[in-house]
Amino acid sequence: MIRSTVRFLDERSGGAPFLRKALRYVFPDHWSFLLGEVALYAFVVLVGTGIYLTLFFDPSTATTHYHGEYQPLHGLEMTHAYRSVVDISFKVKAGLLIRQTHHWAADVFVVAIVLHLLRIFFTGAFRKPRDLTYYLGLTMLALALLEGYLGYSLADDLLSGMGLAIGYSVLMSVPFVGANLAELVWGGPFPGTPAFWSRMYVAHVFLFPLLIATLLGAHLLLVAARHHTQFRGPRKTERKVVGVPTFPGQTPRSLGLMSAVTAVLFLLGGLVQINPIWLWGPYHVASGTNGAQPDWYLGWLIGALRLVPGFDVTIGHYTLVPNPFWGGALFPLVVFGFLWAFPWLERRFTGDHAFHNLLDRPRDAPWRTAIGAALFTWVALIFLAGSADRVFVTFFVSYGWQILFFRIAVWVVPVVVLLVTRRVCLELQASERVERERELAEEEARRAAAPEPVR
Amino acid sequence: MRRLLAVAAVVLLAPGAAAAAPSGSGLYAENCLSCHGPGGSGTARGPRLRGVGAIAADFYLRTGYMPLLSPGDQPTRRRSPFTARQIDALVAYVASLGKGLPVPRPHPERGSIPVGLRLFTEHCAGCHQVVGEGGYVTGARVPPLEQASATQIAEAVRIGPYLMPRFPRTQISDRQLDSLVAYVQWAKHPDDRGGWAIGHIGPVPEGLVAWLLAGTALVAVCVVIGKRNEA
Repeated sequence: MIRSTVRFLDERSGGAPFLRKALRYVFPDHWSFLLGEVALYAFVVLVGTGIYLTLFFDPSTATTHYHGEYQPLHGLEMTHAYRSVVDISFKVKAGLLIRQTHHWAADVFVVAIVLHLLRIFFTGAFRKPRDLTYYLGLTMLALALLEGYLGYSLADDLLSGMGLAIGYSVLMSVPFVGANLAELVWGGPFPGTPAFWSRMYVAHVFLFPLLIATLLGAHLLLVAARHHTQFRGPRKTERKVVGVPTFPGQTPRSLGLMSAVTAVLFLLGGLVQINPIWLWGPYHVASGTNGAQPDWYLGWLIGALRLVPGFDVTIGHYTLVPNPFWGGALFPLVVFGFLWAFPWLERRFTGDHAFHNLLDRPRDAPWRTAIGAALFTWVALIFLAGSADRVFVTFFVSYGWQILFFRIAVWVVPVVVLLVTRRVCLELQASERVERERELAEEEARRAAAPEPVR
Repeated sequence: MRRLLAVAAVVLLAPGAAAAAPSGSGLYAENCLSCHGPGGSGTARGPRLRGVGAIAADFYLRTGYMPLLSPGDQPTRRRSPFTARQIDALVAYVASLGKGLPVPRPHPERGSIPVGLRLFTEHCAGCHQVVGEGGYVTGARVPPLEQASATQIAEAVRIGPYLMPRFPRTQISDRQLDSLVAYVQWAKHPDDRGGWAIGHIGPVPEGLVAWLLAGTALVAVCVVIGKRNEA
């Protein structure tokens, strides 16, 4: 039965040689190679739960008065968008579970991408011939951030409304073209026309997922075409990969990981509350709430907006660069721009244009490791500054002092991290050299002490 | 820590706290006069108390906002060094200094939570956060409202303690105030469908859970299944 089905498929597709090759593909043996897979499976969960949510979500800004089962919102004026998300949470079968799982999956998706990026960066896996794969990955990260932002903005609750207002001001702040850009996207002054909601919706459920899926496909094809990298080790060379084959080695591993990711996400979705929009209430342009924060993966931008001192660049009465531009637009452009440029910069400065299939350990490339550590420290500090208000409310640490601390720390700490990391890498290298020399010397001593072999 | 020190210091500095038959003027002279002046006339260190009414004295004393250790500090909620009877006496004394509003008697049971939510979002959430979890405004820590009693909420709306603006009847009617109080009372234990409510403040604790709980768990899974059994 199975045999005849397989023969049926093979005779019509001629896929057997390809499949044989795919099943024999060798995966290197190291846990850090699985981080990208975590992101992949989070994306699968996102698509699955997202499809369910689209069946019930209503992307309309027409207003209505709520008369559902949730008493505290009774009789309040709200958009159909918000009303439908409240209904998903309270009325739709398993709606709240799926909605919360979707949101947790988005948060964890970006966590996994960032961890994956750190592994790729610090092991030099982005070097030729995999720089193209790396660019695709970075682009997917940027798309994921935007996709997440669109996703929680669609709900039209108090918090997301404020988030959109901030996004609008940042877009407006782009020199010269900002006002036109914002007009183009929003279809008019904030909060925009009904068309804006359809645009967000189409972008969130169709354009961005399709883009991410396409890039993801290309990313995986490139990985397979160029094969995985691997750490140095016995029998592992630039030309030979050591590890486990797709089947039977990697398949159970990968399926296990998929189950684990799905389990963690659904457990969170069922047990831990996320974005309780029924508590935030509907958004109205004039209202706001203290301590509004974006989802974590945009926290670095809110941190930057808060840290940049309040100044505008003006010529006479014309504001050339409004303040939100620095933190909201220039900062992420600098970070992503640097990450994008890094493979090229490294080739440029090291003069190393060779193919690399073997990974570096962080200590093997002190400058890269130091620069990476400094960059990520810089971003992490700015990210932390974004939650200074909650730290103040919870732990009574003066807000003013925190901001002052971060304004200095974001420039000082990365430099310290840069120097210390480089030093540590060099010391580790030196200790290895010493160790190797000692081993050689001992070997020689043993040989000298041993009796001459009898001929 | 600072709060603890302040409480300890105030407890030690309140010699009148144990008096048996509380006299309002006596307590005032011992604990308030140095800043608020004789007969509530006010000094450079503290405002006039003539005409503030029982409403203000009741709020500041029962929340523990007063007595304040150092005049420049933001008053924060703590245990009052006075007994309930001593506070009664002090409130009566301050009320006798001039004409002012009495202690309000809100009726949250007559209010409506949805109306309260709308009013709270309009007037209060900008500083107190929409579920009353507090926040930061320039120059002050906006207190969370978990411990505010119905009377204290009504008092705060009318007198506007510290940096808070005051809302007279012309802005928020007594009926609306009932709804506001009903909402704030409800928001102390809101509808927590969806599981463990991680603080009702949204993304910051959510990010912590995503990184520390989910991130750690999944990295641990990777480490466990990514390792080859070396038999």
